[in-house]
Amino acid sequence: MKAAVLVFPGINREHDMARALKLISGKEAAMIWHTETELPAGTDLVVIPGGFSYGDYLRCGAIAARAPIMQAVRKHADKGGLVLAVCNGFQIACEAGLLPGVLMRNAKMKFMCKEVHLRIERSDTPFTRGYNAGSVIRVPVAHGEGNYIADAETIARLEGENRVAFRYASADGKVDPHFNGSMNAIAGIFSEKLNILGLMPHPENHVDPVVGPTDGRRLFESLVETLAA
Amino acid sequence: MIPNEPKITPELVAQHGLKPDEYERFRKLIGRDPTFTELGIVSAMWNEHCSYKSSKVHLRSLPTKAPWVIQGPGENAGVIDIGDGLACVFKMESHNHPSFIEPYQGAGTGVGGILRDVFTMGARPIACLNSLRFGDPKHPKTRSLVSGVVAGIGGYGNSFGVPTVGGSVGFHSRYDGNNLVNAMAVGLAETDKIFYAKATGVGRPVVYLGSKTGRDGIHGATMASAEFDDASEEKRPTVQVGDPFAEKLLLEASLEIMRKGCVIAIQDMGAAGLTCSAVEMGAKGDLGITLDLETVPTREAAMTAYEMMLSESQERMLMVLKPEKEKEAEAIFRKWGLDFAIVGETTDTRRFIVRYHGDTMADLPIKELGDEAPEYNRPFTEPKKLPVLDAADVPCPVSIGEALKKLIGSPDLCSKRWVWEQYDHLILNNTVQRPGGDAAVVRINDGPKALAMTTDVTPRYCEADPFEGGKQAVAEAWRNLTAVGARPLAVTDNLNFGNPERPEIMGQFVYCVHGIAEACKALDFPVVSGNVSLYNETNGRGILPTPTIGGVGVLDDLSKSASLAFKNEGEEILVVGETKGWLGQSSFLATVLGREEGAPPPVDLAVEKRNGDFVRGLIGSGFATAVHDLSDGGLLVALTEMAMASDIGVTLAASPVGLPPHAFWFGEDQARYVITVKPADLSKVEAAATKAGVPLQRLGTTGGRQLTLPGADPILVADLHHLHESWLPTYMAGEPDTK
Repeated sequence: MKAAVLVFPGINREHDMARALKLISGKEAAMIWHTETELPAGTDLVVIPGGFSYGDYLRCGAIAARAPIMQAVRKHADKGGLVLAVCNGFQIACEAGLLPGVLMRNAKMKFMCKEVHLRIERSDTPFTRGYNAGSVIRVPVAHGEGNYIADAETIARLEGENRVAFRYASADGKVDPHFNGSMNAIAGIFSEKLNILGLMPHPENHVDPVVGPTDGRRLFESLVETLAA
Repeated sequence: MIPNEPKITPELVAQHGLKPDEYERFRKLIGRDPTFTELGIVSAMWNEHCSYKSSKVHLRSLPTKAPWVIQGPGENAGVIDIGDGLACVFKMESHNHPSFIEPYQGAGTGVGGILRDVFTMGARPIACLNSLRFGDPKHPKTRSLVSGVVAGIGGYGNSFGVPTVGGSVGFHSRYDGNNLVNAMAVGLAETDKIFYAKATGVGRPVVYLGSKTGRDGIHGATMASAEFDDASEEKRPTVQVGDPFAEKLLLEASLEIMRKGCVIAIQDMGAAGLTCSAVEMGAKGDLGITLDLETVPTREAAMTAYEMMLSESQERMLMVLKPEKEKEAEAIFRKWGLDFAIVGETTDTRRFIVRYHGDTMADLPIKELGDEAPEYNRPFTEPKKLPVLDAADVPCPVSIGEALKKLIGSPDLCSKRWVWEQYDHLILNNTVQRPGGDAAVVRINDGPKALAMTTDVTPRYCEADPFEGGKQAVAEAWRNLTAVGARPLAVTDNLNFGNPERPEIMGQFVYCVHGIAEACKALDFPVVSGNVSLYNETNGRGILPTPTIGGVGVLDDLSKSASLAFKNEGEEILVVGETKGWLGQSSFLATVLGREEGAPPPVDLAVEKRNGDFVRGLIGSGFATAVHDLSDGGLLVALTEMAMASDIGVTLAASPVGLPPHAFWFGEDQARYVITVKPADLSKVEAAATKAGVPLQRLGTTGGRQLTLPGADPILVADLHHLHESWLPTYMAGEPDTK
């Protein structure tokens, strides 16, 4: 695995992400400043981490989506390269047009930091091959604007093409439609070619038994296995 | 010197919060009438908030030294050695007045200010805590204040990227019109890379970094040094507006230039902004400072010298840089998109000179601005001792079970999940013990070492007996750190009181400080930083005396720590320490009977230390499977919290003969802990207690899903949990301004 973690001003979970990648792949990720125009040669995974790029003062992710490095990310993705976009990264990916839809303020209008249950919708992707479809994992969220919204056609297409990656659920896998207001309880989605995953929860914060459950590990292990294959 | 416009009149002096004799003292010091800008500068330096003029004489009694203390009070934050070449840098500070006037921005900038204090010293912040006190839940403003303050703290800390891992929230009608927001930040640095405010070298550039200067926050510190009245909300323009995004950039840029060896001295611009930071850097270094204000980055046109010197715009720093590193430092700041401007230089004159387009607006002796600030030994009265309440004189009008339900669902003792779920408490991936326990535990780098941290105070005890209350605040912080297995190392204190010009308030202050001093000495728990917030009163009614104690301890090995959740069924539950059934000023008395009476529980510091050392030993040797300190609500509330955290029930033995059951279960005797041990270890633990001279009493066993008291119907832990979790969300979901 040769991962590149993007760094925009105001991003703050880049170290958590780099630490998780290191813990699971054994390799250091490259930290890439937003003004760069190229990814390091041989990059096989781009990660857009969480935080508050540009303070989220404009629409979340809107400014970062237009940074020079995003051209290189688009090229990487067009060639089928893997992109993992978490939280603010998911918002940036949507604003950059890498993924459809938009993330609005949580329905209850409050920031939420808590563990949630996610139902794994499919296990035949580079990101989720280590999980069983239909199984439930526990990972934290930490967001004020994770309310996934798209037009009816987009939602129908996402559902029709099986591109919903995770849904907010109860511990026994029952979908929770009221978690943050997201349509169809969507917590994460794939791109058409399944090479881009955007999600609001933070798998990188549940990889280390000293600080909590480790249900996020499998996502990173899946990526390691995919890239080693 | 510019002509003196506007003319200095007694009214203008009074508007600046200076008493006539203080103004005369200043006139004598400079030998002439001050300019308008100088009047602004001195009002900023000599107000209560910045000069500690009423408190200084008493603060000197606090112990501040220990072999592990690297820096005590007097710098931006305290610094302690935690081993392995690492230092913990921490401080707590109030933002009470601004948070009442404008809750979201007031609380947010409180967090921003304390974070800046910590990273100014070269430390990367690793955790935040806070201590909040609001008025009566029935007061029409309380709900909106809770909502705004919590959102403000979250809004700043979440964006900045530091986990908010602990704190406390309480309610009392005495905070109506004067809520308290005390924010604490904890950072990590290398012991040999701590940065200070002391400037060295003559002719060195004084550099301004960070956000631009605007008109916000002018006279903020002066506002914080006066009591409130009905018109206080009109002071909204004195509250600053926070920009956590700029602060995050300032953090990264500041730490980067420190790493690159560019910095000689650094001071953040907090209260009284440019004035306080420049004077401090010069005075500490025995140097003069000359500022040229036309070089200061401003975000508004036509700001006057007076406005620039008093602005409290946030996210700004002042530094003295190594001249040969200036270009490198500037490039780093430009990379982060921040302002960088040379605004003056150090001189050998010990004068603080402020020029604007060539005109001298101020020319003052720099050391005297700080050192010659008035200092008062204000008259105070000794607080009256209240009689000890005999448990036999306190009836229990309901069953023990009903009283328990009332307590755990009360505003003070209910779950504060609604609050801390709005704070990102997981970022940085080191939060080992999350909010809701006795103390937060945060791993240091990759471990196994960790820091434990907590904030504590029981204001109703301090009101009833300031001396014992001061002791108790320290003892409880020490106990909470002990309960997770940490060695308590040092404290930061945030002393919130009413108007010190009233002798009874001053008496509360003096006796609380003496109580804190005595406890800190006895527990080897020095004070390394702190903040005093006086004039917390509205229309002549003061808050409950609230000396918040922020404690920090170290765990050498995370695997040897404890948490409060029961771990297994069938374990023995024990109480460490003696239970006499002290009901005076207890939560039971206040919540179940609506009475706030009697003397608070006394704190025997020798017993506190003995019992705590015993519990810490049991955790270290692996005998204690769960540990919880006893405080508000006593034994039964603590047991319920342990059960709710694990969803494991308890079966309890009868309370001892000779003590009313409600006094046994709800009394608030100090120096106690509940622990659980495996049945096989019981005799060993009992033998150890006997040897250490520590009272140990068996309470019952863990198991099932119910709380069972002898002779009463069992209560489902899930039902207690529901009561515990529902008060705050239900309250906050209520209509604003009802009742």
